Amino acid sequence: MTITKDTIYEILDQVCDPEIPVLTVRDLGVIRDVIIHHEYEQIEVIITPTYSGCPAMNTIEINIKAALQEAGFNAVKVTTILSPPWTTDWLTENGRRKLKEYGIAPPQEKSFDKNALFAEEKNIECPHCGSTNTRMVSQFGSTACKAMYQCKDCLEPFDYFKCH
Amino acid sequence: MTDKEALYQYVLQIGDNALILGQRLGEWCGHGPVLEQDIAMTNIALDLMGQARSLMSYAAEIEGKGRTEDQVAFLRKENEYRNVLLVEQPNEDFAYTIVRQFLFDSFHYYFQEALLQSKDERLAAIAAKSIKEIRYHLKYSSEWMIRLGDGTEVSHAKIQTALDDLWMFSGELTTPNEYDLKMAEAGIGADLNAIKPAIQEKVAEILKIATLQVPADEWMQSGGKEGRHTENMGFILSEMQYMQRAYPNMEW
Repeated sequence: MTITKDTIYEILDQVCDPEIPVLTVRDLGVIRDVIIHHEYEQIEVIITPTYSGCPAMNTIEINIKAALQEAGFNAVKVTTILSPPWTTDWLTENGRRKLKEYGIAPPQEKSFDKNALFAEEKNIECPHCGSTNTRMVSQFGSTACKAMYQCKDCLEPFDYFKCH
Repeated sequence: MTDKEALYQYVLQIGDNALILGQRLGEWCGHGPVLEQDIAMTNIALDLMGQARSLMSYAAEIEGKGRTEDQVAFLRKENEYRNVLLVEQPNEDFAYTIVRQFLFDSFHYYFQEALLQSKDERLAAIAAKSIKEIRYHLKYSSEWMIRLGDGTEVSHAKIQTALDDLWMFSGELTTPNEYDLKMAEAGIGADLNAIKPAIQEKVAEILKIATLQVPADEWMQSGGKEGRHTENMGFILSEMQYMQRAYPNMEW
């Protein structure tokens, strides 16, 4: 059987983010490449962290190896790269939809100027009632990638996957 | 001093700032004034620990003696740590913690921005990753400087006192030592003299909005980058290194 990248990607589609389990690691955009080293019969998966201190990265690496080994690939190497740095623009459409269904507001699109120090992210949509009448409670949330928000209409608190 | 030795020390200098400040902020875990700030400070600590980790593993590779990032981070002696004195200063209260963070973030932002252009690919990659995080840190600490400075009489007095007390540790951030000079000359490091005006301008701008007085530049403390630390450092290390010293090579 010829192993193709697609075969590997299909397996990787089963691996979920440990902290936001509705997202697969591919939805999240942390899988940067797959290299098949035919000569050593080895699979190399290139990943990048969302945040430098993301504690999920070790677990993601272990889960990737486990999923590939279960599918019969014993020689698996996971390489972490930092450049180019991860951005929320790499979240897939599917990922955005799943986040919202899960109750986490997906990040705004590229329109937001991430470089401006005091720029507010406006019109964040409440994932519960759809209102954009929301306020930021804290820039820092339950994980490095999320901020805490509250809806001023339905009053529910919610997580916002912040634009990064 | 060989180029390799200079690069090793330079990477440690950057990594130790992140490591020690991360450790300090971590002390707030479970003790924050309100839940949101507890979470914010530990989030920043986590970012800094992550950055320290990237830098320590690079330092260990440059050193080439087979040491791991953990050994570099946890098993050096006090005089081998090259962090600036500012980051080892105690948390005291929320005002001191915020001033320390603000002075460091203002420096850290422009410092890492300069490293984006580093000829050393690894440092440039770490900078590109870190700067996105530091932007959040600077925004957070700037907002709190403003809120407390332009707040009540009590909050204004407290943050001004903290600023006056910590100011003497701000000079070291932008004073180059031999490694800074050598690395800047090689196009690897940041030119501290070149970024100093932007840092001063940012600090002055925020302090003005915060209605705070910029303290006079009097005697500036230094020595951290050379391994001469304040008495606080020993206490940090005894806590930070405890597990590795008591149970060598332990892992989670």
